[in-house]
Amino acid sequence: MTMAAEASRHTITALVEDKPGVLNRVASMFRRRGFNISSLAVGNSEIPNLSRMTFVVEGDSRTVEQVTKHLHKLIDVIKVSDISDDNAVARELALIRVHTDTHTRSEVMQIVDLFRAHVIDVSTDSLIVEVVGDEEKVDALQNLLSPYGVMEVMRTGIVAMTRGMDAFNGSSRNVGGRRRPNITETGSV
Amino acid sequence: MKMNGGQMVCESLIREGVDVIFGLPGGAILPLYQTLPEFPQLRHILVRHEQGAAHAADGYARVTGKPGVAWATSGPGATNLVTGIATAQMDSVPMVVITGQVGRAAIGSDAFQECDTTGITLPITKHNYLVMTAEEIPRVISEAFYIANTGRPGPVLVDIPKDVFTEVGEFVYPEEIDLPGYKPTLKPHSGQVRRAAKLIEEAERPVILAGHGVIISRAYGELLELAEKAQIPVITTLLGVSSFPTGHVLSAGWPGMHGMAYASLAIEEADLLIALGMRFDDRITGDISTFSVNSKKIHVDIDPSEIGKNIPVDVPIVGDIKLVLEALNKRVKPLLHGGWLARIDELRREHPLLGADSSASLEMRYVVNAIDEATNGNAIIVTGVGQHQMWAAQYYSFKRANSLVSSCGSGAMGYEVPGAMGAQVGAEDRVVWSVAGDGGFQMTMVELATLVENNIPVKFAIMNNNSLGMVRQWQDFFYEHDHVATIYSGNPDFVRLAQAFGMLGIRVTEKSQVNAAVERAMLHPGPVIVDFVIENDDNVYPMIPAGMSIQQLIEEPSPVFQEVIG
Repeated sequence: MTMAAEASRHTITALVEDKPGVLNRVASMFRRRGFNISSLAVGNSEIPNLSRMTFVVEGDSRTVEQVTKHLHKLIDVIKVSDISDDNAVARELALIRVHTDTHTRSEVMQIVDLFRAHVIDVSTDSLIVEVVGDEEKVDALQNLLSPYGVMEVMRTGIVAMTRGMDAFNGSSRNVGGRRRPNITETGSV
Repeated sequence: MKMNGGQMVCESLIREGVDVIFGLPGGAILPLYQTLPEFPQLRHILVRHEQGAAHAADGYARVTGKPGVAWATSGPGATNLVTGIATAQMDSVPMVVITGQVGRAAIGSDAFQECDTTGITLPITKHNYLVMTAEEIPRVISEAFYIANTGRPGPVLVDIPKDVFTEVGEFVYPEEIDLPGYKPTLKPHSGQVRRAAKLIEEAERPVILAGHGVIISRAYGELLELAEKAQIPVITTLLGVSSFPTGHVLSAGWPGMHGMAYASLAIEEADLLIALGMRFDDRITGDISTFSVNSKKIHVDIDPSEIGKNIPVDVPIVGDIKLVLEALNKRVKPLLHGGWLARIDELRREHPLLGADSSASLEMRYVVNAIDEATNGNAIIVTGVGQHQMWAAQYYSFKRANSLVSSCGSGAMGYEVPGAMGAQVGAEDRVVWSVAGDGGFQMTMVELATLVENNIPVKFAIMNNNSLGMVRQWQDFFYEHDHVATIYSGNPDFVRLAQAFGMLGIRVTEKSQVNAAVERAMLHPGPVIVDFVIENDDNVYPMIPAGMSIQQLIEEPSPVFQEVIG
């Protein structure tokens, strides 16, 4: 049996308890196990007291399997999904401060329009552009703007969601408590 | 019912069936300690160093299967626990550790004896908590015990600020545990069990690798049934020693760096490994790319993250070993592997351990053998880490289940004193021998005072070779005998040390004195130190050097071993 050794990017989402220190637990696990995070985005979910994290992880399939298992092993992590192969939408938001002067401003604004991005701040020597899209789109805009002088870039990291009804699987939560198993019966001592 | 936080902790511990606590007080945890007299059911054993409390709770948990409980104060009290917590985490030992913290208002201000206890222990606990109100205490403690002792067991730490112990609130003990993110899989997937049974039926040279999980799950009977029904030889890991009767015809030792050569060779020749509650540690596999390359692997573990972590697996099964084996035993038909068992016998004959009585001078193997005979293989053997640990595991016969208590994953020297204390407290009716190294013993020997104070009758066999023997062995093998910082030139007189602590001390320098000394130690009602003076500088064999494969196996002392290693 061989293991797939080809490294690729994977998008993993996790539903986690919104408690102090959860981000630390997750980050500590990634650091300790030597897993590489390309991006990480955290925010509230649709369920009170639960947050959703989106990770983009570099690695072969074995590494990604280990990432999901170790995430799931954390007590405060409720559900983990690898949605890389699924029919999923992935978006990130970027703010890009680009140098402009009276000559280049309109060119830059044309590029921004082509990308359906927005100029959200204008000053004498720069613009701030807001763009939303998948990573490739944001990369492409950033590349096109770089000849004008990109002064600052702030990217949120990818947030992702599967299309269609599958999305609801991500929010299922066993709200009811469980009786503790009888330890002698289960042998789980 | 109204209680203060300290009372809530004690009441919660009683609800969880705790009867003994190992601890040492200090400012931040004092309000908890001051409530102890109201709860006479809780026996507190006052240690001399918090590391002792953690290791003792660990030793107690290993022999009883109940979570061990340790208490310590904030700052240095908590940091002193760290070695013991990490040891429990590596070996999947259930523990609930309660630490005091500075008052809530002072957290983050670098107050006296403040440290970030939950931050420090985050990567070495199964889970941890910082409790910010008294009314959370019952829920947190009940969750802590549930998490510590279900699924793959491990240590859980609960950090409680000083003023939470004195805060008064309503005590409500939860009937149910609500942890949506923690649902260990106990029952195996039936399809996977079927696939495993099929592999077992197809195999010609199957081997069972029984790990700590068999002991944790108390699946001795189920393991024995599978082995006998399908006639499969059983190799255990070091932590799995005493999960299967050592004297059984199907017992085939333990493998790896210092394991029996025949066990390592059997794994090499096998066409199927049935791994039960073990994690393919590097001390077992050596060079992972050459480890048992011709075998298929069934890997059973309750922790899904262990499966596929170190080696690729053909049939993974997540579940409790006992339930998995019950299901597997129903499926597997009676089988015969006569030729393979004959081959195992041949390996056993051709690659035996060195004799326990092979030199004129006193040797550690000889001492272990003598203790084995005197106890009829029925004692609990606690060890430190190093040469003596390997020899104890090689030469003791372990006639009773769950009888080796040893820091295997973490390899914490110093475990042998407090670990033995906890084991003896947990198994008062058993004889506990601590096979100790002179190095590790001196790390934690302050706990001798605790043993005497509480009349905990551990028998210590100090394998005193005045050196850090295993490190010295590595220097012999890999650093051209350059003994840098491994020789003790001023060890204490352990007999007088015993006397200073109020214990019986016996010195043994000749083989002829061993039996009498062991017997005298066993007859003595209290704790005893026997100082076995080892003059030779024997090394442990066999040895597969770290990261190497079975081809680099060294079975006995040889002048050319340097070349073998290359």
